[in-house]
Amino acid sequence: MAEPLLIVEGLRIAYGGIQAVKGITFHVDPGETVALIGANGAGKTSTLKALARQLDAAGGSVRYQGREISALAPHELVGQGIALVPEGRGVFARLTVTENLEMGAYCRHDKAEIADDLERIFALLPRLKERHGQLAGTLSGGEQQMLAMGRALMSRPRLLLLDEPSMGLAPIMVQKVFEVVQEVASQGMTILLVEQNARLALQVSRRGYVMESGDITLTDAAGTLLDNPRVKAAYLGE
Amino acid sequence: MDIFLQQIINGLVLGSIYALVALGYTMVYGILGLINFAHGEVVMIGALTALTVVKLLAGSGLPGPVIALIGLMAAAPVCMAIGYGIEKIAYRPLRKAPRLAPLITAIGVSIVLQNLAMMVWGRSYHSFPAVLPAEAHEVLGATFTDLQVIIVLVAAGMMAGLLLLINRTRLGRAMRATAENPAIAQLMGVNVNHIISLTFVIGSALAAVAGLMVSANYSIAHYYMGFILGLKAFTAAVLGGIGNLAGAMIGGILLGLIESLGAGYIGDITGGFLGSHYQDVFAFFVLILVLVFRPSGLVGEKVAERA
Repeated sequence: MAEPLLIVEGLRIAYGGIQAVKGITFHVDPGETVALIGANGAGKTSTLKALARQLDAAGGSVRYQGREISALAPHELVGQGIALVPEGRGVFARLTVTENLEMGAYCRHDKAEIADDLERIFALLPRLKERHGQLAGTLSGGEQQMLAMGRALMSRPRLLLLDEPSMGLAPIMVQKVFEVVQEVASQGMTILLVEQNARLALQVSRRGYVMESGDITLTDAAGTLLDNPRVKAAYLGE
Repeated sequence: MDIFLQQIINGLVLGSIYALVALGYTMVYGILGLINFAHGEVVMIGALTALTVVKLLAGSGLPGPVIALIGLMAAAPVCMAIGYGIEKIAYRPLRKAPRLAPLITAIGVSIVLQNLAMMVWGRSYHSFPAVLPAEAHEVLGATFTDLQVIIVLVAAGMMAGLLLLINRTRLGRAMRATAENPAIAQLMGVNVNHIISLTFVIGSALAAVAGLMVSANYSIAHYYMGFILGLKAFTAAVLGGIGNLAGAMIGGILLGLIESLGAGYIGDITGGFLGSHYQDVFAFFVLILVLVFRPSGLVGEKVAERA
Protein backbone atom coordinates (compact mmCIF):
# COMPACT_ATOMS: atom_id res chain seq x y z
CA MET A 1 0.00 0.00 0.00
CA ALA A 2 1.22 3.47 -0.87
CA GLU A 3 2.40 5.89 1.75
CA PRO A 4 -0.46 8.19 2.89
CA LEU A 5 -0.38 11.68 1.36
CA LEU A 6 -1.38 13.28 4.64
CA ILE A 7 -0.79 11.96 8.13
CA VAL A 8 -2.19 13.87 11.09
CA GLU A 9 -1.12 12.69 14.52
CA GLY A 10 -2.33 13.92 17.90
CA LEU A 11 -3.48 17.27 16.48
CA ARG A 12 -4.67 19.60 19.21
CA ILE A 13 -6.26 23.04 18.72
CA ALA A 14 -7.22 25.40 21.51
CA TYR A 15 -9.04 28.71 21.56
CA GLY A 16 -7.94 30.48 24.70
CA GLY A 17 -8.11 27.75 27.32
CA ILE A 18 -10.76 25.72 25.54
CA GLN A 19 -9.69 22.65 23.60
CA ALA A 20 -11.58 22.54 20.33
CA VAL A 21 -9.66 19.58 18.93
CA LYS A 22 -8.28 17.11 21.47
CA GLY A 23 -5.48 15.21 19.80
CA ILE A 24 -6.93 13.57 16.71
CA THR A 25 -5.14 11.17 14.40
CA PHE A 26 -6.11 10.38 10.84
CA HIS A 27 -4.66 10.01 7.39
CA VAL A 28 -5.56 10.48 3.73
CA ASP A 29 -4.19 8.15 1.05
CA PRO A 30 -3.32 9.40 -2.44
CA GLY A 31 -6.33 9.50 -4.74
CA GLU A 32 -9.00 8.87 -2.15
CA THR A 33 -11.78 11.10 -0.90
CA VAL A 34 -12.09 11.15 2.87
CA ALA A 35 -15.00 12.71 4.74
CA LEU A 36 -14.74 14.29 8.13
CA ILE A 37 -18.28 14.48 9.42
CA GLY A 38 -19.82 15.62 12.65
CA ALA A 39 -22.13 18.10 14.26
CA ASN A 40 -21.65 21.85 14.33
CA GLY A 41 -18.81 22.72 16.71
CA ALA A 42 -17.24 19.27 16.66
CA GLY A 43 -13.94 20.78 15.51
CA LYS A 44 -14.04 19.86 11.82
CA THR A 45 -13.43 23.32 10.42
CA SER A 46 -10.78 24.06 13.05
CA THR A 47 -8.98 20.90 11.93
CA LEU A 48 -9.05 21.96 8.29
CA LYS A 49 -7.94 25.48 9.16
CA ALA A 50 -5.00 24.12 11.09
CA LEU A 51 -4.02 21.94 8.12
CA ALA A 52 -4.16 24.97 5.84
CA ARG A 53 -2.15 27.02 8.38
CA GLN A 54 -5.00 29.47 8.87
CA LEU A 55 -4.61 28.94 12.59
CA ASP A 56 -1.85 27.53 14.79
CA ALA A 57 -2.21 24.08 16.30
CA ALA A 58 -1.54 23.69 20.02
CA GLY A 59 0.20 20.39 19.43
CA GLY A 60 0.56 17.31 17.30
CA SER A 61 2.10 16.77 13.90
CA VAL A 62 0.89 17.21 10.34
CA ARG A 63 2.96 15.37 7.75
CA TYR A 64 2.31 15.87 4.06
CA GLN A 65 4.26 13.80 1.54
CA GLY A 66 6.41 12.72 4.44
CA ARG A 67 7.27 16.31 5.43
CA GLU A 68 6.19 18.16 8.57
CA ILE A 69 4.17 21.17 7.39
CA SER A 70 2.82 22.58 10.64
CA ALA A 71 5.50 25.30 10.69
CA LEU A 72 5.08 26.57 7.12
CA ALA A 73 3.88 30.11 6.50
CA PRO A 74 0.27 30.21 5.28
CA HIS A 75 1.23 31.44 1.83
CA GLU A 76 3.77 28.64 1.31
CA LEU A 77 1.17 25.89 1.48
CA VAL A 78 -0.30 26.27 -1.98
CA GLY A 79 3.16 25.86 -3.48
CA GLN A 80 3.34 22.47 -1.75
CA GLY A 81 0.19 21.40 -3.56
CA ILE A 82 -2.40 21.93 -0.85
CA ALA A 83 -5.46 24.03 -1.69
CA LEU A 84 -8.26 24.94 0.70
CA VAL A 85 -11.75 25.87 -0.38
CA PRO A 86 -12.71 27.80 2.71
CA GLU A 87 -15.95 27.71 4.64
CA GLY A 88 -18.18 30.50 3.36
CA ARG A 89 -16.44 30.29 -0.04
CA GLY A 90 -14.25 33.40 0.34
CA VAL A 91 -14.32 34.52 -3.29
CA PHE A 92 -12.88 37.96 -4.02
CA ALA A 93 -16.16 39.83 -4.51
CA ARG A 94 -14.59 42.83 -6.25
CA LEU A 95 -12.56 40.77 -8.70
CA THR A 96 -14.10 39.25 -11.80
CA VAL A 97 -14.72 35.51 -12.12
CA THR A 98 -11.69 35.16 -14.40
CA GLU A 99 -9.53 37.23 -12.06
CA ASN A 100 -10.56 35.01 -9.15
CA LEU A 101 -9.51 31.95 -11.12
CA GLU A 102 -6.24 33.63 -12.06
CA MET A 103 -5.62 34.31 -8.37
CA GLY A 104 -5.85 30.56 -7.88
CA ALA A 105 -2.90 30.19 -10.21
CA TYR A 106 -0.97 32.99 -8.48
CA CYS A 107 1.99 30.77 -7.63
CA ARG A 108 2.29 29.27 -11.08
CA HIS A 109 4.36 30.74 -13.87
CA ASP A 110 3.51 28.40 -16.75
CA LYS A 111 1.38 30.87 -18.65
CA ALA A 112 0.27 28.59 -21.46
CA GLU A 113 -0.76 25.80 -19.11
CA ILE A 114 -2.63 28.26 -16.88
CA ALA A 115 -4.65 29.29 -19.93
CA ASP A 116 -5.36 25.60 -20.68
CA ASP A 117 -6.43 24.99 -17.09
CA LEU A 118 -8.71 28.01 -17.24
CA GLU A 119 -10.46 26.44 -20.24
CA ARG A 120 -10.65 23.10 -18.42
CA ILE A 121 -12.28 24.77 -15.39
CA PHE A 122 -14.73 26.58 -17.66
CA ALA A 123 -15.58 23.23 -19.29
CA LEU A 124 -16.11 21.64 -15.87
CA LEU A 125 -18.12 24.62 -14.58
CA PRO A 126 -19.90 26.14 -17.57
CA ARG A 127 -21.81 28.63 -15.43
CA LEU A 128 -18.52 30.33 -14.64
CA LYS A 129 -17.71 30.67 -18.32
CA GLU A 130 -21.02 32.44 -18.93
CA ARG A 131 -20.18 34.86 -16.15
CA HIS A 132 -16.41 35.14 -16.61
CA GLY A 133 -16.38 38.95 -16.79
CA GLN A 134 -18.77 39.54 -13.89
CA LEU A 135 -17.65 40.57 -10.44
CA ALA A 136 -17.67 37.52 -8.19
CA GLY A 137 -19.78 39.37 -5.64
CA THR A 138 -22.70 39.35 -8.07
CA LEU A 139 -22.79 35.54 -8.32
CA SER A 140 -25.28 33.35 -6.47
CA GLY A 141 -24.10 31.31 -3.50
CA GLY A 142 -23.86 28.13 -5.54
CA GLU A 143 -21.94 29.85 -8.31
CA GLN A 144 -19.57 31.31 -5.72
CA GLN A 145 -18.99 27.81 -4.34
CA MET A 146 -18.19 26.59 -7.85
CA LEU A 147 -15.86 29.53 -8.30
CA ALA A 148 -14.09 28.83 -5.00
CA MET A 149 -13.57 25.21 -6.09
CA GLY A 150 -12.43 26.24 -9.56
CA ARG A 151 -10.03 28.74 -8.01
CA ALA A 152 -8.53 26.04 -5.78
CA LEU A 153 -8.15 23.67 -8.75
CA MET A 154 -6.30 26.41 -10.67
CA SER A 155 -3.34 25.90 -8.34
CA ARG A 156 -3.09 22.26 -9.55
CA PRO A 157 -3.26 20.87 -6.03
CA ARG A 158 -2.40 17.32 -5.03
CA LEU A 159 -4.58 17.64 -1.94
CA LEU A 160 -7.86 19.51 -1.98
CA LEU A 161 -9.36 20.54 1.36
CA LEU A 162 -13.08 21.26 1.09
CA ASP A 163 -14.71 23.03 4.02
CA GLU A 164 -18.51 22.75 4.20
CA PRO A 165 -19.15 23.09 0.46
CA SER A 166 -22.92 22.66 0.95
CA MET A 167 -23.28 25.37 3.57
CA GLY A 168 -26.03 27.87 2.91
CA LEU A 169 -26.89 26.51 -0.54
CA ALA A 170 -30.26 25.56 -1.99
CA PRO A 171 -30.73 21.74 -2.25
CA ILE A 172 -30.46 21.79 -6.03
CA MET A 173 -27.14 23.67 -5.81
CA VAL A 174 -25.88 21.26 -3.14
CA GLN A 175 -26.52 18.42 -5.55
CA LYS A 176 -24.61 20.21 -8.30
CA VAL A 177 -21.69 21.05 -6.05
CA PHE A 178 -21.37 17.41 -5.03
CA GLU A 179 -21.53 16.30 -8.64
CA VAL A 180 -18.51 18.50 -9.24
CA VAL A 181 -16.75 17.08 -6.17
CA GLN A 182 -17.36 13.58 -7.50
CA GLU A 183 -16.15 14.53 -10.97
CA VAL A 184 -12.95 16.02 -9.56
CA ALA A 185 -12.46 12.95 -7.34
CA SER A 186 -12.95 10.61 -10.27
CA GLN A 187 -10.08 12.35 -12.06
CA GLY A 188 -7.80 11.13 -9.28
CA MET A 189 -7.74 14.14 -6.96
CA THR A 190 -7.11 13.49 -3.27
CA ILE A 191 -9.83 15.20 -1.26
CA LEU A 192 -10.41 15.78 2.42
CA LEU A 193 -14.01 16.82 2.80
CA VAL A 194 -15.44 18.46 5.90
CA GLU A 195 -19.20 18.45 5.82
CA GLN A 196 -22.26 18.64 8.04
CA ASN A 197 -24.36 16.93 5.41
CA ALA A 198 -23.09 13.49 6.40
CA ARG A 199 -25.10 11.48 3.89
CA LEU A 200 -23.84 13.40 0.85
CA ALA A 201 -20.31 13.48 2.17
CA LEU A 202 -20.19 9.72 2.78
CA GLN A 203 -21.80 9.01 -0.59
CA VAL A 204 -18.91 10.66 -2.46
CA SER A 205 -16.17 9.40 -0.12
CA ARG A 206 -14.21 6.17 0.22
CA ARG A 207 -13.68 6.45 3.97
CA GLY A 208 -15.05 8.62 6.75
CA TYR A 209 -14.15 9.88 10.18
CA VAL A 210 -16.80 10.92 12.68
CA MET A 211 -15.87 13.82 14.96
CA GLU A 212 -17.62 14.52 18.23
CA SER A 213 -16.67 17.43 20.52
CA GLY A 214 -13.06 17.54 19.42
CA ASP A 215 -12.39 13.81 19.12
CA ILE A 216 -12.59 11.26 16.36
CA THR A 217 -14.96 8.65 17.74
CA LEU A 218 -15.52 6.43 14.75
CA THR A 219 -13.86 5.60 11.47
CA ASP A 220 -14.64 3.14 8.72
CA ALA A 221 -15.33 2.73 5.03
CA ALA A 222 -17.91 5.29 3.94
CA GLY A 223 -20.44 2.64 2.95
CA THR A 224 -20.16 0.93 6.33
CA LEU A 225 -20.62 4.24 8.14
CA LEU A 226 -23.75 4.90 6.12
CA ASP A 227 -25.17 1.62 7.50
CA ASN A 228 -23.92 2.15 11.05
CA PRO A 229 -26.93 2.50 13.40
CA ARG A 230 -25.17 5.12 15.54
CA VAL A 231 -24.27 7.24 12.53
CA LYS A 232 -27.75 6.78 11.13
CA ALA A 233 -29.33 7.99 14.35
CA ALA A 234 -26.99 10.90 14.99
CA TYR A 235 -26.21 12.25 11.51
CA LEU A 236 -28.50 10.78 8.92
CA GLY A 237 -31.79 11.50 10.63
CA GLU A 238 -32.97 7.91 10.47
CA MET B 1 -12.49 85.49 -17.80
CA ASP B 2 -8.70 85.63 -17.61
CA ILE B 3 -8.72 85.23 -13.83
CA PHE B 4 -11.01 82.27 -14.18
CA LEU B 5 -8.84 80.54 -16.78
CA GLN B 6 -5.71 81.39 -14.83
CA GLN B 7 -7.11 79.81 -11.69
CA ILE B 8 -8.18 76.73 -13.63
CA ILE B 9 -4.60 76.30 -14.85
CA ASN B 10 -3.18 76.85 -11.37
CA GLY B 11 -5.77 74.51 -9.94
CA LEU B 12 -4.90 71.73 -12.37
CA VAL B 13 -1.23 71.97 -11.47
CA LEU B 14 -1.92 72.02 -7.76
CA GLY B 15 -4.53 69.28 -8.15
CA SER B 16 -2.11 67.00 -10.00
CA ILE B 17 0.27 67.21 -7.06
CA TYR B 18 -2.51 66.60 -4.53
CA ALA B 19 -3.67 63.62 -6.54
CA LEU B 20 -0.21 61.99 -6.50
CA VAL B 21 0.03 62.42 -2.74
CA ALA B 22 -3.60 61.37 -2.18
CA LEU B 23 -2.87 58.08 -3.97
CA GLY B 24 -0.37 57.23 -1.26
CA TYR B 25 -2.99 57.73 1.44
CA THR B 26 -5.68 55.85 -0.37
CA MET B 27 -3.54 52.84 -1.35
CA VAL B 28 -2.44 52.26 2.22
CA TYR B 29 -5.97 52.75 3.50
CA GLY B 30 -7.32 50.33 0.92
CA ILE B 31 -5.02 47.56 2.09
CA LEU B 32 -4.59 48.20 5.82
CA GLY B 33 -7.53 50.40 6.77
CA LEU B 34 -4.95 52.80 8.18
CA ILE B 35 -4.48 56.53 7.59
CA ASN B 36 -0.73 56.91 7.23
CA PHE B 37 -0.44 60.45 8.55
CA ALA B 38 3.31 60.33 8.05
CA HIS B 39 2.85 60.28 4.28
CA GLY B 40 3.06 64.08 4.01
CA GLU B 41 6.49 63.94 5.64
CA VAL B 42 7.64 61.46 3.01
CA VAL B 43 6.70 64.07 0.39
CA MET B 44 8.66 66.67 2.35
CA ILE B 45 11.77 64.49 2.54
CA GLY B 46 11.42 63.81 -1.18
CA ALA B 47 11.23 67.54 -1.86
CA LEU B 48 14.27 68.39 0.27
CA THR B 49 16.36 65.50 -1.05
CA ALA B 50 15.59 66.43 -4.66
CA LEU B 51 16.22 70.10 -3.93
CA THR B 52 19.59 69.34 -2.34
CA VAL B 53 20.74 67.30 -5.32
CA VAL B 54 19.45 69.87 -7.80
CA LYS B 55 21.28 72.62 -5.92
CA LEU B 56 24.53 70.66 -6.06
CA LEU B 57 24.20 70.17 -9.80
CA ALA B 58 22.78 73.62 -10.63
CA GLY B 59 26.13 75.02 -11.77
CA SER B 60 27.33 71.86 -13.51
CA GLY B 61 26.19 72.90 -16.96
CA LEU B 62 23.89 69.89 -17.35
CA PRO B 63 20.52 70.66 -18.95
CA GLY B 64 17.83 71.60 -16.41
CA PRO B 65 15.48 68.69 -16.99
CA VAL B 66 18.38 66.24 -16.62
CA ILE B 67 19.31 67.83 -13.30
CA ALA B 68 15.70 67.55 -12.13
CA LEU B 69 15.61 63.92 -13.22
CA ILE B 70 18.79 63.17 -11.27
CA GLY B 71 17.18 64.91 -8.30
CA LEU B 72 14.21 62.60 -8.63
CA MET B 73 16.47 59.56 -9.00
CA ALA B 74 17.98 60.48 -5.65
CA ALA B 75 14.71 61.35 -3.91
CA ALA B 76 12.73 58.31 -5.04
CA PRO B 77 14.91 55.62 -3.41
CA VAL B 78 15.18 57.70 -0.23
CA CYS B 79 11.40 58.03 -0.01
CA MET B 80 10.82 54.39 -0.91
CA ALA B 81 13.23 53.28 1.81
CA ILE B 82 11.49 55.53 4.34
CA GLY B 83 8.05 54.26 3.32
CA TYR B 84 9.26 50.67 3.60
CA GLY B 85 10.84 51.39 6.98
CA ILE B 86 7.79 53.16 8.39
CA GLU B 87 5.59 50.15 7.68
CA LYS B 88 8.08 47.61 8.96
CA ILE B 89 9.10 49.43 12.13
CA ALA B 90 6.02 51.40 13.12
CA TYR B 91 2.92 49.74 11.69
CA ARG B 92 3.66 46.03 11.27
CA PRO B 93 4.03 45.35 15.01
CA LEU B 94 0.60 46.95 15.46
CA ARG B 95 -1.15 44.98 12.70
CA LYS B 96 -3.47 43.33 15.22
CA ALA B 97 -3.69 46.22 17.68
CA PRO B 98 -6.86 48.32 18.12
CA ARG B 99 -7.24 50.96 15.42
CA LEU B 100 -6.31 53.87 17.62
CA ALA B 101 -2.79 52.54 18.24
CA PRO B 102 -1.53 52.71 14.64
CA LEU B 103 -3.23 56.08 14.19
CA ILE B 104 -1.38 57.60 17.12
CA THR B 105 1.79 55.89 15.91
CA ALA B 106 1.32 57.52 12.50
CA ILE B 107 1.25 60.94 14.12
CA GLY B 108 4.33 59.97 16.12
CA VAL B 109 6.19 58.88 12.99
CA SER B 110 5.22 62.16 11.39
CA ILE B 111 6.78 64.14 14.26
CA VAL B 112 9.91 61.99 14.19
CA LEU B 113 10.39 62.51 10.44
CA GLN B 114 9.81 66.26 10.74
CA ASN B 115 12.43 66.54 13.43
CA LEU B 116 14.89 64.37 11.55
CA ALA B 117 14.45 66.61 8.53
CA MET B 118 14.96 69.66 10.73
CA MET B 119 18.24 68.18 11.97
CA VAL B 120 19.43 67.47 8.43
CA TRP B 121 18.19 70.58 6.60
CA GLY B 122 17.69 73.09 9.40
CA ARG B 123 14.73 75.29 10.09
CA SER B 124 15.24 77.66 7.19
CA TYR B 125 13.44 77.77 3.88
CA HIS B 126 15.43 76.44 0.94
CA SER B 127 14.91 77.87 -2.47
CA PHE B 128 14.70 75.60 -5.47
CA PRO B 129 17.20 76.65 -8.13
CA ALA B 130 15.56 77.78 -11.35
CA VAL B 131 16.87 74.95 -13.50
CA LEU B 132 13.56 74.08 -15.12
CA PRO B 133 12.12 76.11 -17.98
CA ALA B 134 9.92 78.76 -16.39
CA GLU B 135 9.15 80.53 -19.64
CA ALA B 136 5.56 81.78 -19.59
CA HIS B 137 3.14 81.23 -22.45
CA GLU B 138 -0.01 83.23 -22.86
CA VAL B 139 -3.40 81.85 -23.86
CA LEU B 140 -6.61 83.91 -23.74
CA GLY B 141 -5.18 86.27 -21.16
CA ALA B 142 -3.91 83.52 -18.86
CA THR B 143 -0.31 82.39 -18.54
CA PHE B 144 1.25 79.03 -17.95
CA THR B 145 4.82 77.80 -17.84
CA ASP B 146 6.54 74.77 -19.33
CA LEU B 147 7.08 73.56 -15.78
CA GLN B 148 3.36 73.55 -15.15
CA VAL B 149 2.75 71.57 -18.32
CA ILE B 150 5.43 69.07 -17.32
CA ILE B 151 3.87 68.68 -13.85
CA VAL B 152 0.42 67.95 -15.21
CA LEU B 153 1.69 65.55 -17.90
CA VAL B 154 4.03 63.64 -15.60
CA ALA B 155 1.32 63.33 -12.96
CA ALA B 156 -1.15 62.08 -15.56
CA GLY B 157 1.40 59.58 -16.82
CA MET B 158 2.14 58.27 -13.34
CA MET B 159 -1.54 57.88 -12.57
CA ALA B 160 -2.21 56.04 -15.83
CA GLY B 161 0.73 53.77 -15.07
CA LEU B 162 -0.56 53.06 -11.59
CA LEU B 163 -4.04 52.22 -12.87
CA LEU B 164 -2.51 49.84 -15.41
CA LEU B 165 -0.41 48.20 -12.72
CA ILE B 166 -3.35 47.73 -10.36
CA ASN B 167 -5.93 46.65 -12.91
CA ARG B 168 -3.97 44.79 -15.53
CA THR B 169 -1.09 42.93 -13.91
CA ARG B 170 -0.70 39.84 -11.76
CA LEU B 171 0.81 41.97 -9.02
CA GLY B 172 -2.06 44.46 -9.14
CA ARG B 173 -4.53 41.61 -8.94
CA ALA B 174 -2.76 40.32 -5.84
CA MET B 175 -2.89 43.83 -4.34
CA ARG B 176 -6.63 44.08 -4.93
CA ALA B 177 -7.18 40.57 -3.57
CA THR B 178 -5.15 41.41 -0.46
CA ALA B 179 -7.07 44.64 0.03
CA GLU B 180 -10.31 42.70 -0.06
CA ASN B 181 -9.38 39.68 2.04
CA PRO B 182 -5.79 39.16 3.21
CA ALA B 183 -6.47 35.73 4.75
CA ILE B 184 -7.85 34.32 1.52
CA ALA B 185 -5.16 36.04 -0.56
CA GLN B 186 -2.65 34.16 1.59
CA LEU B 187 -4.36 30.89 0.72
CA MET B 188 -3.66 31.68 -2.92
CA GLY B 189 0.02 31.92 -2.06
CA VAL B 190 0.21 35.70 -1.84
CA ASN B 191 2.81 36.86 0.66
CA VAL B 192 0.66 39.54 2.24
CA ASN B 193 3.57 41.20 4.01
CA HIS B 194 5.34 41.71 0.68
CA ILE B 195 2.21 43.22 -0.83
CA ILE B 196 1.82 45.64 2.08
CA SER B 197 5.49 46.67 1.91
CA LEU B 198 5.16 47.17 -1.81
CA THR B 199 2.10 49.36 -1.34
CA PHE B 200 4.09 51.66 0.93
CA VAL B 201 7.02 51.67 -1.49
CA ILE B 202 4.87 52.58 -4.51
CA GLY B 203 3.04 55.29 -2.57
CA SER B 204 6.38 56.70 -1.43
CA ALA B 205 7.73 56.76 -4.98
CA LEU B 206 4.72 58.83 -6.00
CA ALA B 207 5.39 61.03 -2.97
CA ALA B 208 8.95 61.65 -4.18
CA VAL B 209 7.65 62.79 -7.56
CA ALA B 210 5.09 65.02 -5.87
CA GLY B 211 7.80 66.42 -3.58
CA LEU B 212 9.98 67.42 -6.51
CA MET B 213 6.97 68.94 -8.27
CA VAL B 214 5.78 70.99 -5.34
CA SER B 215 9.20 72.37 -4.48
CA ALA B 216 9.94 73.21 -8.12
CA ASN B 217 6.51 74.77 -8.60
CA TYR B 218 6.74 77.03 -5.54
CA SER B 219 10.57 77.29 -5.78
CA ILE B 220 10.75 76.52 -2.09
CA ALA B 221 10.94 73.68 0.43
CA HIS B 222 11.29 73.38 4.19
CA TYR B 223 10.99 70.78 6.91
CA TYR B 224 7.43 71.72 7.84
CA MET B 225 5.90 71.68 4.35
CA GLY B 226 4.68 68.07 4.58
CA PHE B 227 2.18 68.74 7.31
CA ILE B 228 -0.26 70.99 5.49
CA LEU B 229 0.35 69.30 2.14
CA GLY B 230 -0.35 65.93 3.73
CA LEU B 231 -3.56 67.14 5.31
CA LYS B 232 -4.77 68.53 2.01
CA ALA B 233 -3.93 65.37 0.10
CA PHE B 234 -5.72 63.40 2.80
CA THR B 235 -8.70 65.70 2.27
CA ALA B 236 -8.49 64.98 -1.46
CA ALA B 237 -8.47 61.24 -0.79
CA VAL B 238 -11.52 61.56 1.48
CA LEU B 239 -13.25 63.79 -1.06
CA GLY B 240 -12.83 61.16 -3.76
CA GLY B 241 -13.63 58.27 -1.44
CA ILE B 242 -10.79 56.88 0.63
CA GLY B 243 -9.55 53.50 -0.53
CA ASN B 244 -10.54 54.21 -4.12
CA LEU B 245 -7.72 54.97 -6.58
CA ALA B 246 -9.78 56.83 -9.17
CA GLY B 247 -11.40 58.71 -6.29
CA ALA B 248 -8.02 59.95 -5.08
CA MET B 249 -7.19 61.23 -8.54
CA ILE B 250 -10.53 62.96 -9.01
CA GLY B 251 -10.50 64.28 -5.45
CA GLY B 252 -7.00 65.67 -5.91
CA ILE B 253 -7.78 67.53 -9.11
CA LEU B 254 -11.09 68.81 -7.72
CA LEU B 255 -9.51 70.04 -4.53
CA GLY B 256 -6.81 71.84 -6.49
CA LEU B 257 -9.45 73.57 -8.60
CA ILE B 258 -11.61 74.48 -5.59
CA GLU B 259 -8.61 75.94 -3.80
CA SER B 260 -7.40 77.95 -6.78
CA LEU B 261 -10.78 79.30 -7.73
CA GLY B 262 -11.55 80.03 -4.08
CA ALA B 263 -8.30 81.90 -3.63
CA GLY B 264 -8.87 83.79 -6.87
CA TYR B 265 -12.31 85.00 -5.99
CA ILE B 266 -12.39 85.19 -2.19
CA GLY B 267 -11.34 88.85 -2.34
CA ASP B 268 -14.19 89.76 -4.69
CA ILE B 269 -16.74 87.73 -2.76
CA THR B 270 -15.91 89.21 0.64
CA GLY B 271 -15.38 92.71 -0.70
CA GLY B 272 -11.66 92.55 0.05
CA PHE B 273 -12.20 91.54 3.67
CA LEU B 274 -10.47 88.19 3.13
CA GLY B 275 -7.50 87.77 0.77
CA SER B 276 -6.00 84.84 -1.15
CA HIS B 277 -3.86 83.90 1.85
CA TYR B 278 -7.06 82.29 3.15
CA GLN B 279 -6.55 79.65 0.42
CA ASP B 280 -6.04 76.89 2.97
CA VAL B 281 -9.49 77.44 4.42
CA PHE B 282 -11.13 75.92 1.37
CA ALA B 283 -9.53 72.50 1.66
CA PHE B 284 -10.67 72.06 5.21
CA PHE B 285 -14.09 73.50 4.51
CA VAL B 286 -14.39 70.83 1.81
CA LEU B 287 -13.23 68.17 4.27
CA ILE B 288 -15.92 69.16 6.77
CA LEU B 289 -18.63 69.21 4.11
CA VAL B 290 -17.64 65.79 2.79
CA LEU B 291 -17.46 64.25 6.24
CA VAL B 292 -20.87 65.63 7.15
CA PHE B 293 -22.78 65.02 3.93
CA ARG B 294 -20.99 62.25 2.06
CA PRO B 295 -18.46 60.42 4.22
CA SER B 296 -17.98 57.73 1.59
CA GLY B 297 -16.68 60.38 -0.83
CA LEU B 298 -17.66 61.15 -4.41
CA VAL B 299 -16.90 57.78 -6.00
CA GLY B 300 -16.27 55.73 -2.89
CA GLU B 301 -18.22 52.66 -1.98
CA LYS B 302 -19.49 52.41 1.53
CA VAL B 303 -16.45 52.37 3.79
CA ALA B 304 -16.68 49.10 5.64
CA GLU B 305 -15.52 49.28 9.21
CA ARG B 306 -12.85 46.64 9.62
CA ALA B 307 -12.45 44.63 12.77
